[in-house]
Amino acid sequence: MSSVEIRNLILTAIALGVCILLPMADSGYWLSIGLSIAMFTVLATSWALFSGPTHYISLATAAFFGVGTYTTGLGFETLPFWSLVALAGMFGALMAALVGLATLRLSGVYFVIFTLGLAELVRQVITWAQNQSGQKGLYVLTDITEAMIYWMLIALAAAVYLTGWLIGRSRLGFALRIIGDDETVAAHSGINTARAKVLLFMVPGAVAAMTGAILAPRYVYIEPSLAFTPMLSFQVVIMALLGGTGRLWGPLAGVVPFTLLWESISSNFPNQTTLLLGLSFLLIVYALPRGFVGLLDRLRQRVTGGVS
Amino acid sequence: MSPVLSLRGATKRFGGLVAVNGIDFDVAEHQVLGLIGPNGSGKSTTLNLISGALTLTSGSIKLRGAPISGLAAQDITRRGVSRTFQLVRLLPSMNVRDNVIAGAVFGHRRRWGAEARDFAESLLERVGLGGKGQMPIGQLTYIDTKRVELARVLASDPTLLLLDEWLAGLNPTELQDGIALIKSLRDEGRTIILVEHVMDAIRSLCDRCVVMSSGTKIAEGTPGEVLSDPNVIRAYLGDDDA
Amino acid sequence: MDILITGLLLGGTYALIAMGLNLQYGVARIMNLANGELLVAGGFGAFFFYTSGQVSPFLTIFLVAPAAFGVSWVIYRIMLRPLVNRAKSRGQLETDSILATFGLSFVGVGLMLAAFGGDYFNYSYLARPITLAGDTFALNRVASFLAAVVICGLLYLWLNRTRAGLSIRAIAVSPDSARLVGIDVPRMAAIAFALGGAVTAVGGALISTYLTLDASAGVIFTLKALIIVIMGGVGDVRGTIVAALFLGVVETLVASLIDPGLTLAAAYALFILVLLFRPQGLFGKTPT
Repeated sequence: MSSVEIRNLILTAIALGVCILLPMADSGYWLSIGLSIAMFTVLATSWALFSGPTHYISLATAAFFGVGTYTTGLGFETLPFWSLVALAGMFGALMAALVGLATLRLSGVYFVIFTLGLAELVRQVITWAQNQSGQKGLYVLTDITEAMIYWMLIALAAAVYLTGWLIGRSRLGFALRIIGDDETVAAHSGINTARAKVLLFMVPGAVAAMTGAILAPRYVYIEPSLAFTPMLSFQVVIMALLGGTGRLWGPLAGVVPFTLLWESISSNFPNQTTLLLGLSFLLIVYALPRGFVGLLDRLRQRVTGGVS
Repeated sequence: MSPVLSLRGATKRFGGLVAVNGIDFDVAEHQVLGLIGPNGSGKSTTLNLISGALTLTSGSIKLRGAPISGLAAQDITRRGVSRTFQLVRLLPSMNVRDNVIAGAVFGHRRRWGAEARDFAESLLERVGLGGKGQMPIGQLTYIDTKRVELARVLASDPTLLLLDEWLAGLNPTELQDGIALIKSLRDEGRTIILVEHVMDAIRSLCDRCVVMSSGTKIAEGTPGEVLSDPNVIRAYLGDDDA
Repeated sequence: MDILITGLLLGGTYALIAMGLNLQYGVARIMNLANGELLVAGGFGAFFFYTSGQVSPFLTIFLVAPAAFGVSWVIYRIMLRPLVNRAKSRGQLETDSILATFGLSFVGVGLMLAAFGGDYFNYSYLARPITLAGDTFALNRVASFLAAVVICGLLYLWLNRTRAGLSIRAIAVSPDSARLVGIDVPRMAAIAFALGGAVTAVGGALISTYLTLDASAGVIFTLKALIIVIMGGVGDVRGTIVAALFLGVVETLVASLIDPGLTLAAAYALFILVLLFRPQGLFGKTPT
C-alpha cells in the first residue's frame, strides 16, 4: 500500500469512528437525519459502483429495497435478524442477476425502462398476493432500536466502501473502466462484457436489499406502497450523480447536502418534493454533469494547470 | 504444418447485399498476408468476421485447426487473435500505459499487476513511446495514438495480429516510421494480416496478398504477382484501362 | 369477445400515445420520459374545458394539439438540442436525455400538483352504452378509438405521402446521410419532437374521457408507451400500432380474468418476452 492509501484508510477509520458516536450525542432528530444519511450513503455509493463506470442508470433501488424489507417482514418471527439481512442480500443479488441477464446485453434505454418499472411490478405482484391471502400489510415488531439500525447501516457503509475499494483494484474494476470507455475495445481485449456488468450489478442489488432488511424494523408496519416507493430510486440516482460517480467518496458529497435539503423541503413544502427532484435532475444535466467531484477536479486543474 | 488461420467459404450477407462471398485463404505461421482491394470490396468485413465483430452467414474460420467462427469477439481474442481498428479506438479516460495494460489483462496470455505494468512499459518502448506512459490520450499525435493501439493489441501476446489500415492517414515521414515498425514486427516472426491501401507498404511488408473485389477473391500470390495480374488491375482501374 | 373489443379500444389510444413517443425517439433520438406528463396535461386540458365550459373533448384536441406542439418545440430547442450538440456519443446523449427528461417529468408533475392539486379527476362525457357485436360498450371509449384511428391514419399518410414526412423518415434511418442530401436535420428533428408531443397530448385528452387521471399518473403511461415502442420497433409505425393493440388486449385480459391491479405486471411480462426473444421489435429485421 502506498502512503496515500494508508492516509486515506486512517482518515476513513476516524470518520467512521466519529459516525459511530452519533447516537450517544442525540437520539432524536439528529439521529434520524444521521440514519437517513447513512442509508443513502450505502445506497448511493453502491449504486455508483455499478452505474459510474458503466453509465447505465439503474432505477431498481426501490425494488431491491422493498424485497429486503419484505424479507425481514415475513421472516423476523422465525429466523434470527442477521440471517434475514444475509438472506435479503442473496435475494437482491439473485434478482439483480436475472434483471442483468435480461437487459444488460442491450442498450442503456432498455435497462432504464426495465428498472423503472421493476419496483412497480414487484409491488403489484405483492399487493395481488396479499389480496389473495386477505392481508393488507405486515407488522414488524422487534426490540431493535433506531441506534442499532444506525450502527448496522454504518457497518454496511464500511463494507460497501471496502468492496468498492477492492473492486477498484481488481480486474473486474479495470474491466468495467474499459467497458465504460469503449465497449467494442473491451470485447476485443478479451473481456466478457455482459458477464462483468451482470456481476457488478449484483453488488447494488444485494446492498439495497440488505438496507431494506435492516430498515424494516424502523417502519413497524410495512405495506407495498411504502416498501416499494419509487421516489427512493430517484433520490439515490440524484444523490450519486450530484456528488459524482468518478470517485468512491463522490456520492457521499451528494448525499449529505441533498438529504438535508430534502428534509427541510419535505417538512416545509411537502407538495414540492417532486418539483425538487425534477429541478435537481436538470441541475445535474446542465450544470454539474460530473457532479461535485467533477467540479472540484476542474477547479483543481485550473489552479495547478493554469500555466500550461 | 497446419496454417495459423484458414477461411473456407466465408460469406457475409447484409440483407440482400453479399459483402463477403465465399472467401478461401490460409495464413501460415510467421507469414504477413496483405488483404487488399478497392474500397468497398469487403476487406474490412472479412477482418471483422475473423475478429468476431461480425458473425458469418456461412462458411468457416479456423484458428490452428479449431473453429472460431460463431464465437464472440472476446473469446476469439482470448484464443489469440487481436486487432486494431480502422478508426483508432483508445480509452479516453485512461493514460497511455493503462490503455496498453487493457490489452494485457484479459487476453490470450494474461498478465496483471506489476507484471502487466512492466510488460506495458516494454511494449511502449517497443512501439516508440518509451517514457510516455503517464501521458493522457488527448495529448497524443495521430501516429502516437496508432502506436498506443498497436501496443495494446500486442499486449495480449496474440498468435495472429489483424491490422486494419494501420498505415492510413499518416503523413510521409510518419508513414516511413510506421512501415519500419510493422517490418520490425514481421522480423520478430509474428503472423499478421494487413488490410492496406498503401502500395509501398504492401510491396515491402507482405509475403503474400489476397485481392478482393466486390466481396470475392480475385487473385492470390506474392505482391509482385498479384499487382501485375490483369484481373487486379481491372478491379482497381476499371475495364477501359485493362 | 367483449374483452377483445375492449382491449382493442384501449389499444387504439395507446397506439396514439406510443406513436408520439416513437416520433420523438426515432427521429429526434430523445427517449422522452416526460411523455406521460404531457399526456396528463392534455387530459387536464380536456377536463378543464369540459367542466368549465361544457366543451367537447373532441373539440378541445384542436386547442391541446397546437399548445402541446408549441411547448414541446420550445423544450426541444432550448433544453434538448444543446444536449444533442454536446454529446460525444450516442450513449452519452442517451444518458443525458434520460436524466433531462426525467427532470422535466418531475417538474411537470410538480407544476401540475401545484396548479391542480393531487386529486384524481374525471368527468362524465358520452358515458352512454352502445351495442357492438352483441355486447355493450361505453360510447366514449368507442369515440376515442375512432378519433385515434383517424389521427394515426393522418399521421401515417403524412409520413408516407408528403415531402416533410419523407425527410422525417430519412432522418430516422440515418441522420448523417439525411444531412448530406440537404435536409435541415435540427429543424426537422424539432418538428418531429413537437409533433410527437402534440400527438401524445391529444391521446391524453382522448383517454381522459374514460380513464381517471391524476397529476402523477404520467409515469405509468410513459412506461406503457416505451414498452409498446420497443415491442413494435423504433421508427416502425405499423409495428407500434400492432404492439399497442396487442398490449391493450393483454391488459384487458389480465384485468378481467386475474386482477385489475396486475396490468403493469402484464405489460412487463410482454416486455420481458420481447427483450429475450425479439429485442429488435416484433417486425424488426435481425440486426446485422
